[in-house]
Amino acid sequence: MGDLVVLAVSCILVNNILLAQYLGNCPFLGTSKKMETATGMAFAVVFVLVMAGMMTWILNRFVLVKFDIEYLRTISFILVIAFLVQFVEMFLKKSIPALYAGLGIFLPLITTNCAVMGVCLINIKEEYNFLQALVASFSYAVGFGLALVLFAGVRERILLARVPKPLQDTSIALVTAGILSLAFYAFKGMV
Amino acid sequence: MAKSITQEFVKGLWAEIPPFRLVLGLCPTLAVTKSVENGLGMGAATTFVLVCSNILVSLLRNVIPDKVRIACFIIIIATFVTVVELMMQAYTYPLFLKLGIFIPLIVVNCIVLGRAEAFAAKNPVLHSLADGLGIGIGYTLALGALGAVREILGNGTFYGIHLFGSSFEPFAFMVQAPGAFVGLGLMLCMMNLMEKK
Repeated sequence: MGDLVVLAVSCILVNNILLAQYLGNCPFLGTSKKMETATGMAFAVVFVLVMAGMMTWILNRFVLVKFDIEYLRTISFILVIAFLVQFVEMFLKKSIPALYAGLGIFLPLITTNCAVMGVCLINIKEEYNFLQALVASFSYAVGFGLALVLFAGVRERILLARVPKPLQDTSIALVTAGILSLAFYAFKGMV
Repeated sequence: MAKSITQEFVKGLWAEIPPFRLVLGLCPTLAVTKSVENGLGMGAATTFVLVCSNILVSLLRNVIPDKVRIACFIIIIATFVTVVELMMQAYTYPLFLKLGIFIPLIVVNCIVLGRAEAFAAKNPVLHSLADGLGIGIGYTLALGALGAVREILGNGTFYGIHLFGSSFEPFAFMVQAPGAFVGLGLMLCMMNLMEKK
């Protein structure tokens, strides 16, 4: 149990998927202009990442390793994620329309979010067992959400500031992300 | 077709150079540019996938049904990524280890899918080839440049060769995660400045 807590903390804070592992940066910059879209994206990622983490772990263990076809990992994982996103989208549309409306366009975008694919690959690379993979997927997703929402808050403030012309938009966003990443860097000593 | 093949190639080198002009494919840009070597290796791998998938998508553009095109593109891209992965494992093993999970992650690099969708699906084969090659080389140059800045400042080396004497104090911030973000942000700023003149 203690191990799992340590794993969770290290995945949320120390090895934060956005700021320390550099995964999922396109939606990080793309959807962080407004708080609303940032929260939507954060929830969508938590939802899909946990499911994808479990599915790919099962797929890897019981199909790829069993039949010795690990070289098909990249193709099979991306297909699983693409189908999963599609499936989740249809399921939500049918059964929980309120949540579907809330997540809106962010669901299909997740297919090409490298954080999802990245975490699935990390789970395999670190040889986590099923429970560890589940905890890690969830924690990485929470870390993603946390960083995204924090960053969106900062960016809403930057809109009001007077930024030098060449630094505007993406450029200042990247420098801000760097400073935020520096803050998360301080967690390095924790685990 | 208004633009010539050469124009399609050249636009990738400056006018639409990723990741500066097209803000796509940031994750590998930030992650692998700790050194020039990693940056160029990643760029070369991405270029290969980009060119091959552009050609194939362009060849099949009239065959693939519109509704399932994204899924088809992803499978085409994933195939070439697997090819690159196996080739790098066989011939450049140390680099393969350094780049780690970022090689399979070329699949979800938005540049590749973006070019397939925005360009190759609508244009003839030769133009798509030129576009893929141009964007790919542009991306490689950008990765190499960012890698150079980070390696020189953070390690005092260029392509593994020591540049300064032993008294040089490495600016370790640059090779860590925060340095990647700040470095890319400042490079983007410089591009904007040059554009203005």
